Amino acid sequence: MTMKYTREHEWLRIEGEIATIGITFYAQEQLGDVVFVELPDIDTNCDQGAEVAVVESVKAASDIYAPISGTIIEVNEDLSERPELINEDPENDGWFFRIRLDDISELDALLDEAAYQEFIQEEEL
Amino acid sequence: MIVDVQHLKLESFHTKLGAKFVSFAGYRMPISYPLGVKGEHLQTRKAIGLFDVSHMGQIIIEGPQAAEALEKLVPAALQEMKPGQIRYSQLTLENGGILDDLMLTRWDKNSWGLVVNGACKFDDIKHLGQYLDASILMTHLEDLCLIAVQGPRARLALSSIIPEAADLVFMQSIRTTWNNIEIVLSCCGYTGEDGYEISIHKDHAETLAIKLTDLEEATWVGLGARNSLRLETGLCLYGNDLTRDTTPIEAGLIWSIQKRRRIEGGFLGAEVICKQIEIGADRKRVGITPLDGRTPIRDHTLLKTEGGELVGEITSGGFGPTHNGPIAMAYISHNVSAIETTLVAEVRGKALPCKVCDPGFVKQHYIRAL
Repeated sequence: MTMKYTREHEWLRIEGEIATIGITFYAQEQLGDVVFVELPDIDTNCDQGAEVAVVESVKAASDIYAPISGTIIEVNEDLSERPELINEDPENDGWFFRIRLDDISELDALLDEAAYQEFIQEEEL
Repeated sequence: MIVDVQHLKLESFHTKLGAKFVSFAGYRMPISYPLGVKGEHLQTRKAIGLFDVSHMGQIIIEGPQAAEALEKLVPAALQEMKPGQIRYSQLTLENGGILDDLMLTRWDKNSWGLVVNGACKFDDIKHLGQYLDASILMTHLEDLCLIAVQGPRARLALSSIIPEAADLVFMQSIRTTWNNIEIVLSCCGYTGEDGYEISIHKDHAETLAIKLTDLEEATWVGLGARNSLRLETGLCLYGNDLTRDTTPIEAGLIWSIQKRRRIEGGFLGAEVICKQIEIGADRKRVGITPLDGRTPIRDHTLLKTEGGELVGEITSGGFGPTHNGPIAMAYISHNVSAIETTLVAEVRGKALPCKVCDPGFVKQHYIRAL
């Protein structure tokens, strides 16, 4: 299992060719209280960078982009009833969807945890 | 024109409380505090919310026949008002549109206090200067701060430090002192709750802010929750729900035009507005709620009939923590404005079924009599 991160504040937990994707603790803090999530349909093929989900907080709606290309194989149905899971436990129970990767080499361009931490520290400045 | 960003007198006080800031109405304003928008909203409905609204314009208008002069610019009936009484009205334009909405307090026969929106205050002052006779004196009170204390516990808590608060009812104002400092205490606000606004000289604002912070169950509230609180109770936001192209009648504000003015007219835009009173307006401000009860419908979302005809647009939309669901206001064609009419909102390219409802998603709790 490997953890990867994006500059759009998503995390990916990679197990073989499957990635579980959510938003980071930092991202949920910036968003504020999440009140609604729109998730993609299962079996959707998405290109890296495509808008695949929407998360709405009390403040605004934000797009969630596919951090890698692949096929959506599962979505977190619990978020429909309990969007607050994204605030309460963003990096576990608040996951968004799972993707079957098309091209594992796309992962190389993503950040590891240390690089992501450095990135958000820079953003804070 | 404002070019540089303005700073609230209490900016460093808010910073110390951990506020996050945004630019609004030319000012750097707290959008939220560490409690967060939802928590701040719920605390205001449950107990007490504190708001720094010092960006708003505070103006004094004085002079012979000031009431008659102001009546040419607003559709509210002013001449009948008693000292200490507040009325809500609008600065109207020739086309019947709205330059700004405002609160007017009568102090005595020829002296009036106006509180106007921060984003509009310089336009308002220019407008007033242009239309008011030279014998009328206008003073922009730029050295005053304005702090709102809102919520069901506000009355009791504030009365412990300003006893006069106990005797004020909705839309009344009094000049008094706190801590030997002159203040204006008004029983009004923008949350739909009972509460007050305190006008105080900027040199004493921080002392008051500290005292208010110490009130039991009080929390500071930023613009985020200020917006959800007002929207939930159906109150209009100038710039979104009221503009130079919407009339008070389209906005459903006929209640703010007293009978004499409806008949007599005599204010800017009266021709258009009085005609709409008589025969109705082509469009109307309504509430909108999605049938799924979940999807927020944001500002500028287009509304269509089930047949695909464009009939209006959301002017304010979001999520209401007390309502615990999406809340929105829209202007739509009169012929589809009946409550329960089904419409379709275009949300991210998809058709979201929704229906027309009353814009008051949460009941207002003003204290109108003791």
